[in-house]
Amino acid sequence: MLQKPPAGELYLSIQNLWKAFGSFLALKDITLEINEGEFVCFLGPSGCGKTTLLRAIAGLDLQTKGTVMQDSKDVSNLPPSERDFGIVFQSYALFPNLTIEKNIAFGLENSGRSKSDIAVRVSELLNLVGLPDQGKKYPAQLSGGQQQRIALARAIATNPGLLLLDEPLSALDAKVRVHLRHEIKELQRKLGVTTVMVTHDQEEALAMADRIVVMNHGVIEQVGSPTEIYREPANLFVADFIGEMNQIHSQVTKGGRLSVGEKTFACISHSFNDGMPAIAAIRPEDIIPHELGYLDSGGNRNCIEVTLDEMEFLGSFWRCRLSNERFGSSELIADFSINAVRRLELEQGRTLVIELPENRLMAFDVPEAAA
Amino acid sequence: MSELTTNPNSLPAGPDIRPKLSRDDILMRGSMIVIALYLVATLVLPLYTMLSKSFSTYRMELSQYEFQVSDEAGQFDGVILPADELNAQTNAFSDTDLATGSDGRLSVTELFPDFSFRSPVMYQIRNTSDTGRFLVGSTLQDGTDWVTLDSNAFRRVQLRPVQSRGLDNFVNYFSTPALFNSIKNSLWISVLSTIVTVTLAFWFAYALNRSCMRFKGVFRLIAMAPILVPSLLPGIALVYLFGNQGMLKEMLFGASIYGPIGIVIGSVFFTFPHAFLIISTALAISDARLYEAAVSLRSTPWRTFWTVTIPGARYGLISAAFVVFNLVITDFGLPKVIGGQFNVLAVDIYKQVIGQQNFEMGAVVSVVLVIPAILAFVIDRMVQSKQVALLSARSVPYQPTPNRKADRIFLAYCCLIGLFIIGLLAVCQFAALIKFWPYDLSLSLKNYDFNKMDGGGWSSYINSIKLALLTALIGTSVVFFGAYLVEKSNGFRTGRSIFQMFAMLPMAIPGMVLGLSYIFFFNSPSNPLNGIYGTMAILVICTVTHFYTVSHLTAVTALKQMDREFESVSASLKQPTMKLFARVTVPVCLPAVLDISIYLFVNAMTTVSAVVFLYSPKTTLASIAVLNMDDAGDIAPAAAMGMMIFYTNAAARIIHLIASKGVLGRTQAWRNR
Repeated sequence: MLQKPPAGELYLSIQNLWKAFGSFLALKDITLEINEGEFVCFLGPSGCGKTTLLRAIAGLDLQTKGTVMQDSKDVSNLPPSERDFGIVFQSYALFPNLTIEKNIAFGLENSGRSKSDIAVRVSELLNLVGLPDQGKKYPAQLSGGQQQRIALARAIATNPGLLLLDEPLSALDAKVRVHLRHEIKELQRKLGVTTVMVTHDQEEALAMADRIVVMNHGVIEQVGSPTEIYREPANLFVADFIGEMNQIHSQVTKGGRLSVGEKTFACISHSFNDGMPAIAAIRPEDIIPHELGYLDSGGNRNCIEVTLDEMEFLGSFWRCRLSNERFGSSELIADFSINAVRRLELEQGRTLVIELPENRLMAFDVPEAAA
Repeated sequence: MSELTTNPNSLPAGPDIRPKLSRDDILMRGSMIVIALYLVATLVLPLYTMLSKSFSTYRMELSQYEFQVSDEAGQFDGVILPADELNAQTNAFSDTDLATGSDGRLSVTELFPDFSFRSPVMYQIRNTSDTGRFLVGSTLQDGTDWVTLDSNAFRRVQLRPVQSRGLDNFVNYFSTPALFNSIKNSLWISVLSTIVTVTLAFWFAYALNRSCMRFKGVFRLIAMAPILVPSLLPGIALVYLFGNQGMLKEMLFGASIYGPIGIVIGSVFFTFPHAFLIISTALAISDARLYEAAVSLRSTPWRTFWTVTIPGARYGLISAAFVVFNLVITDFGLPKVIGGQFNVLAVDIYKQVIGQQNFEMGAVVSVVLVIPAILAFVIDRMVQSKQVALLSARSVPYQPTPNRKADRIFLAYCCLIGLFIIGLLAVCQFAALIKFWPYDLSLSLKNYDFNKMDGGGWSSYINSIKLALLTALIGTSVVFFGAYLVEKSNGFRTGRSIFQMFAMLPMAIPGMVLGLSYIFFFNSPSNPLNGIYGTMAILVICTVTHFYTVSHLTAVTALKQMDREFESVSASLKQPTMKLFARVTVPVCLPAVLDISIYLFVNAMTTVSAVVFLYSPKTTLASIAVLNMDDAGDIAPAAAMGMMIFYTNAAARIIHLIASKGVLGRTQAWRNR
């Protein structure tokens, strides 16, 4: 489950971390290593413990047990003021009565810098976040996206070794969010600062992170690069939480094949024994449509005939709902390209053959509640 | 992973992480403890001292003394005369003579009917037990050896009482109808005043919030005027209107204003603004959609009133009722001025302590008074905690629609209330300027020549201003800083909740009780803080503590609106929290800070109850001067001084308004987009 971090110096190491709120365990035995310069996202549904973990790293809410090592130094019990990090919150937390310049300069004061040095650094940071002329304004005079950039500038002003971002984009509207996430990623790459971001938005995590830590109920479900997390989810939770995933109840039969009704499918190799129940899972975009004659032509045996119940045009592709009595009440969702739909002349009510490619069909444990 | 396989659902054994405290954490906790200790020293300990005083009784134990009497030649025959047997023979002292206070003294010569201080007979006296004490002149004798005295010295022997703990004082209290009748009096006066005030204030607030009548701003201002004067001022006005030589005496049809009638009318006057403010707030937050729904369901206005308006304002009404009840039952100034022979608890405390010097009984009455006050306070807090935000983000504020007839009725009603408030104030001002009511009605300023009256003269006015300024300055700093510490420091949960409890306590403690407990606590010679007794310092401390709760709640409300992450950001930038406090928290909360200071100023100017026990000849106060001049029969000067307080407070309010605008204009530019 625990993936080796990509090459680079180890910067942040979390060992056997626990956090209890009364009898509720918010974090259970978290172990994680983050390398220097990495951009890591903590991703999970609300209440999964991702923010708690971030606050433990910052020292804002101390963990109950476990150690945090930053830059080879044990910071487990240190207060935030004795750690080395900059932080950006969802609320921006800009000081409302100070101008933008003074907000950014707040952390630069009392650090032995001269006034002119501070002024130079502030204008440098304003340029860096693309707001060179806004220094004299007050936070309330800026838009949400601009305020968040100022918060970012303030957080990196002192060149911290670690940048923590707590849902920094959640309060912004969709367009600004997409734009800003690109900018933050660019900035992080330019500065090379190790960054941990908490988010519940999978798209954000996939787009920005070098590595994603998927969390649920206070444990880490999977750690991996965005493509690994998407293409090779470690379990059904990850598969279901990130992207869309079709789930079909099945039984493992000879040769590890998955049987659905009388039909069996080859799939990616797994560790299930014969006769065990399993969930067969495939992403909608991995399903390949064929014309009806494809089965007779002795083609691929991972094929099945289905009825096209419903089609929904989503701009760049068609989302189709497919049914087959073998699947019982559950239907399959498939995303077909516009070309494929045109080529096969697909329309509502048609029957067609679909292929579930062997290397894209996965087998997962049946979740306890459904077993 | 780790070789120790752990149960994923339970914490592993071993010690928890112990946070290393930052310098800011230590500073903040230390400061919080200092302010908490301040509250302990100025609130908890005095109250404890008072409580224990109410349980201590003093009695002359005659069985503890023995005498011998010599013949005329000075020869003792060895016959020992126990004091209790002597008393049984002579009946010199009855049982009630023997029950006494902590300062009780008993002269022994009455036990010897043929005593003469010129006689050559010698006397011997001794204590039979270690607890016995007697005075010879001013020398205390607490040994068990015989003390030989000639007749002249024996004349100066006084027995001292023995202290014991028990419920005797309470038994005594409840077996004295003159005392416990006050409970009934206080209760029904308070209930009646509450009903009248809340009803009047409700319709006044309703008119201002739900009608389209004119001059709303003026009426809002008038309704707040009584806050600016001491509660005893309406009493003086009522004396002028309905007293023995009153202008409108006939309107009472022979009933006397001195008593329950006067107390209720005066109470309505001085509690009106409090009730109005609370109810007005409750009525202001209403959702227009509910009224639209009622209209579309064809509900009658009467039914809408009972099913929408009243339920929406019910928490405000309940809260206002308890606040008014508490104000009336704990008020001292008004019943003192106009209560006549009608006894209430707060005045009983004063009479016991100042009139009869019976401190123990004063403490007992205080305990009795604290019970309803605390009950009212607790119920009010419970009701307020139930009041969840009725107004969701989607609510549409109610906009009243003009209704000629109703608007006129409301305007007439508000004029009546306004007349009542302005009228009483005008009567006081009028009285202050008349030469000699009712015989010489020419105008004069002689009633302002306070230096010729009892009560401390103009210096008491200066003292009051000093007290108000100091209270505003020190109180605001302590309260706001304390609220900041309790709101924004990390961890330390127990410490913080204890602090919160201390901060809420003053609201439940009547001023008379606080003042009396200060006598017990600070006047004790063994108290190292004894030195502040009789100084301006104790008045400031007492007033800050007395009005701590409301100020604290104002500060907490303002602080809760600050982003919780400011402290986190500041710590991550390695800046001291105190820099954040000075550069961001205080400037952003400046409106609340100014509100607290004006609240403390106005209350310090008008308060009577707590400080009445604590002023000294050097620190007389204007509000006390009103009381004392009225007591001495100088009613016109009392009214004049009362109006001085009114004008001072009104001026302070105006300065506060201008200052807020000026300061806000400069420091709060960020508020404007």
